[in-house]
Amino acid sequence: MNKPIVATTSLAGCFGCHMSLLDIDERILHLIDLVDFNKSPINDIKKFTKTCDIGLIEGGCCLDENVHVLQDFRKNCKILISVGECAIMGGLPAMRNGLSVKECLDEAYLNGPTVKNHNQGKVMPNDEELPVLLNKVYPCHEVVKIDYYLPGCPPRADLIWEALVALIHGNEMDLPYEVIKFD
Amino acid sequence: MKSAIHKITKTYHNDKTRLMDMLIEVQSEFGYIPNEAIDEIAVATKISRADVEQTRSFYHFFSTQYTGKFAIYLNTSVSSFMRGRNDVARTLEKEVGCHFNSVSKDGLIGLFDTSCIGMSDQEPAAIINGKIFPNLTPFRAKELVRDIRAGKTLEELVVEGYGDGQNSSEEIKAVVNNNIRKIGPVLDMNYKPGHAIKEKLKQYTPDQIIAEVKASNIRGRGGAGFPTGMKWELCRKAEGKQKYIFCNADEGEPGTFKDRVILTQRPKLLLEGMVIAAYAVGATEGILYIRHEYKYLKNYLENLIQGAHERNLLGKNIAGIKGFNFDIRIQYGAGAYVCGEESALIESAEGKRGEPRDRPPFPVEKGYLDQPTIVNNVETFCAVVKILLNGGEWYKSFGTDDSTGTKVLSISGDCKFPGVYEVEWGFSVNDICEMVGADDVQAVQVGGPSGSLVDPGDFDRILSYGDLSTGGSLMIFNAGRDILEEVVLNFTDFFIEESCGSCSTCRVMPVLLRNKLKKILDARGIKQDLKDMEEWGKVLKASRCGLGQTAANPILTSLKNFRYLYHKKIQMGTDFDTGFDLKAAVIDASEAVGRMPEA
Amino acid sequence: MAKFIKFTIDGEECMAQEGKYVVDAARENGIYIPTLCNVQGIKPKGACRICSVKINGRLMTACTTPVTDGMIIENDHADIQELRKSIIELLFVEGNHLCPSCEKSGSCELQALAYRFEMMVPRFPYFFPLREIDASHPKIIKDHNRCILCKRCIRVIKDKDGKNIFAFRDRGHHTGIYIDPELADNLTDELADKAADICPVGAILKRESGFKTPIGNRKYDQEPIGADVEKINPSNGRKKS
Repeated sequence: MNKPIVATTSLAGCFGCHMSLLDIDERILHLIDLVDFNKSPINDIKKFTKTCDIGLIEGGCCLDENVHVLQDFRKNCKILISVGECAIMGGLPAMRNGLSVKECLDEAYLNGPTVKNHNQGKVMPNDEELPVLLNKVYPCHEVVKIDYYLPGCPPRADLIWEALVALIHGNEMDLPYEVIKFD
Repeated sequence: MKSAIHKITKTYHNDKTRLMDMLIEVQSEFGYIPNEAIDEIAVATKISRADVEQTRSFYHFFSTQYTGKFAIYLNTSVSSFMRGRNDVARTLEKEVGCHFNSVSKDGLIGLFDTSCIGMSDQEPAAIINGKIFPNLTPFRAKELVRDIRAGKTLEELVVEGYGDGQNSSEEIKAVVNNNIRKIGPVLDMNYKPGHAIKEKLKQYTPDQIIAEVKASNIRGRGGAGFPTGMKWELCRKAEGKQKYIFCNADEGEPGTFKDRVILTQRPKLLLEGMVIAAYAVGATEGILYIRHEYKYLKNYLENLIQGAHERNLLGKNIAGIKGFNFDIRIQYGAGAYVCGEESALIESAEGKRGEPRDRPPFPVEKGYLDQPTIVNNVETFCAVVKILLNGGEWYKSFGTDDSTGTKVLSISGDCKFPGVYEVEWGFSVNDICEMVGADDVQAVQVGGPSGSLVDPGDFDRILSYGDLSTGGSLMIFNAGRDILEEVVLNFTDFFIEESCGSCSTCRVMPVLLRNKLKKILDARGIKQDLKDMEEWGKVLKASRCGLGQTAANPILTSLKNFRYLYHKKIQMGTDFDTGFDLKAAVIDASEAVGRMPEA
Repeated sequence: MAKFIKFTIDGEECMAQEGKYVVDAARENGIYIPTLCNVQGIKPKGACRICSVKINGRLMTACTTPVTDGMIIENDHADIQELRKSIIELLFVEGNHLCPSCEKSGSCELQALAYRFEMMVPRFPYFFPLREIDASHPKIIKDHNRCILCKRCIRVIKDKDGKNIFAFRDRGHHTGIYIDPELADNLTDELADKAADICPVGAILKRESGFKTPIGNRKYDQEPIGADVEKINPSNGRKKS
């Protein structure tokens, strides 16, 4: 393939997976030779300007906005990869999944120890500009089709690097045992 | 309360293996099982509270919440829905003023769902404080609630008169009908009760009895079809301090009710069969394990056992045979389909959760209280009496080469004559449809939910262990039925409800399959979903017992035989849809903050 | 004298004492059959079904079946391995297994099996059930989110009179672990340690003793589960991970 184009995003994530991507040390110079970046917080390109080959998704979907972004990625990327536990299974944000949204909002804005006596008007943030919470946090593959998964919290830098290189060169990945971890 | 519970535990000698009986009595006395009772029972039986709680929480009819002065358990089986269960349930909710699985504010009436109660030929049916109320209609539901409110007693709620045969006897007084429509050599009344014990046993050694049973080639009538003679022989040869005969009267497979009819109309034949088995294997104690739903037969059956003692058909030196001592007690279940599995049934009779055991060892070596035990179906014991009276060769003259004798069937669903039929093995599905007056048949479920859904193209297939094996449940669905929605989904829900939860596979997979099926029924299915269900269903084969291994059968056999029904429901032209629905996913949050969801 | 018998696993001739469970007999022959609910020396209860093998053509659990003379066992077959992987995935979607925040991560047997079977993501949709964290007991914390209902705690942990402290409660997909409140209150440190230890996942934790071993240095961080068994016979050419 021509110089492949990569896009990345962080949905309901902590940017840790992006940090891990940057943690590939001097290989980052190779990366620049290897691929071009399109929409990504790394270069701050906010909108897709062309079809990308690979989309890296960090984080799951906890807001309607996450869903829109994810669907946008699916539309504009030939291959989508869920990167990290949050994208794969919701991760820590999904700890709320057994609870109702109302319970979560009540705790955050009305009843929690830090707000209890400070929110006299019992106001819930409700500006039209604000995205809306989903009833639960969804792993990305339960919303759109995902082609590959890179587990870890964050995925080891080696894993991200090797996976990208293998994908670009069309090779099988052959990674040592200790590289694929869920923590 | 304390003294009442002490009295109960004392009745059972503070024996932890009689925990089921204690809990059943507490439940029926208080309408629930209070924490205090759990504590008292734990102390009396010298087990931990955790051990009492694990049994208590396993069974459907044990409740920690008060179930009401009148607890109405309305059947959720497919035959109930087919005959208007929804309307009856809605009427009940409206009249009682509470939803299902809760109790009215005044504590008078509780409404509860319950799995098939063995009345498929007279649905919708409910159990109210142990009494059966079949053939319910919205009008009848309204009347029942009105009469309860008016202060009538349970007896006074009966307005339709009692059922046929022994159902009307003083000891049963049930509104239930036997609906026996075809009698064959086993159900044939033309024999002398007690004759086989009194006259025949003396002429045979135990080994000769086993040889006769083996000669008949009879196989277990509960559904699994293990050769009865071989089972008895293995138990006879096994070493143990004491041997036990279990009769499995826990028929819980939706659509089966023939054992209920045998217990009502041919109980002496059954008891006689148990005595013969005891003589053959050298057992001293018998346990008749009956499902909780048939509790209304308790006094009747206990009196019969008492009567058998008086006539020396049970007890010491039976029929004058020196040293042949055998007694039978009744063990009731408390609502768990899985207890029909023989090792789960034994566990339950020992006062534990009805979780099937790992095999080996088999019950014939290590069964009840770790002693050699045989477990046979009600019908098997009945057949054995006739085999002894007429000979194995005679029995073999019925049926087919690989399936000798007859099978008592429970037939329900869309047909003119639902009820109990004793037919020879080898009957085809076509023969059956003709026999019961079924027209315009779309499908026949043979062997209950764990069996197969058979389509008209296969109606020349025959009932036999080699072809369509069955414990006796046959349900007929006509062309007007939505097979996937009404039948397959209902059956899958049944397996989810009745899983014991011990194996990972059966605990989780049926839920995943049900969700997939729901997705297809909600018009979100894709072709891949059908493949997924077929692949995923295989996992259940790794389950310990028959329930788990067959829990995907409703989906798998309908996918195989009725695939076109699925094709009609799935989306064409898309190959990806997880069922995610953004609009639905934002409703909760929008409501919580008072915002209109985007159109 | 104990009688030794011969049997085969995937065509390889093995020997063991008659009556040993297949999983133990295999281990002695350097062959790893994955297990999860099993505890060596404790009466087995084929709960997880991961050790399913084909014995003389029939699917059976290796932890509950005693080995007999001439037994033919199929273990490392594509369909059996696929079945095991499915079961691991079932357990992942059934509970809430948030590895990054779990004290047991790296020493967790469920996670280790997922590594061994190269699970990237479960093929099944997550349940995300609502489950409790029970911190009401003085010595232990029970996080029901992580429980896989293997019954190890039920089978192993008993009080001084042999009474059960842990038990199953309810049934089907509602099944959970019930803890006898009184007996748990009187749990000794020794038993509490044992309970946390015996739990294959992070569902039973000893209070005030978290993260003693740093992530990265834990049991399965460097070496796959089962590698110790396979090392007994390194020449068998079996794939190690």
